[in-house]
Amino acid sequence: MVAEKETTPNMPYDPTMVQPMREELTSIGVQELMTPADVDAFMADEAPTKMLIINSVCGCAAGSARPAVRLALQNENRPALVGTVFAGQDVEATAQARSKFADFPPSSPSIALWKGGEIAFFLPRHRVEGRMPEDIAAELREVFNEHCAG
Amino acid sequence: MGTFHNDKGELHGITVVVDTNGAQVFVGRCDEVTDEGVILLDADVHEEGEGTASKEEYIKRAAMVGVFKKHDRILVPKAHVVSIRRLGEIAS
Repeated sequence: MVAEKETTPNMPYDPTMVQPMREELTSIGVQELMTPADVDAFMADEAPTKMLIINSVCGCAAGSARPAVRLALQNENRPALVGTVFAGQDVEATAQARSKFADFPPSSPSIALWKGGEIAFFLPRHRVEGRMPEDIAAELREVFNEHCAG
Repeated sequence: MGTFHNDKGELHGITVVVDTNGAQVFVGRCDEVTDEGVILLDADVHEEGEGTASKEEYIKRAAMVGVFKKHDRILVPKAHVVSIRRLGEIAS
């Protein structure tokens, strides 16, 4: 029934074009993880709660996810540690990050929250697509209030 | 920040469930709906039958966390497509 179609090799976007998308998160204090070692250090941190954002260029979803994260992180309760990798740009760091929640299918953008070393919440790409940032932020705030209070 | 997609229709870039008139159901990121059918990227396919989950059970699981891709890019022929739904709009 199904025909395999030829794929065009994924070419990384121009780093200068991507930079503003990085800064949309780093400018609010999100830690950028650009190497596997950065990811390992982030995961080794014993913070009680930590959130990792798999950023991406895609405007359909990441264009809402980034402002949603900015809004949600204004909440009183928030993860103790917040990091990000950029899919399609920092390829090795992204692969290392995804290996930390390998039971979840890879997608970007996506957001994972750990509490006490266990995944407490995962927001895959398809649950970002088509949503307004305010709507996603409200969901994230609920998650923060449940898992990051106190 | 704007999108970086060509004008390929409203479902371009959206993760969809493509149900067929057969035993197969597909989940993937819609690239384009053409006269030939639905082109999906990073797609998974599930075939219901004895010993496997029903289509709806599979879709419900997919709606929770997504799918592991089996195909980088596939075409689901138009003649077999009975519905296209956004995965994000399916309650998990």
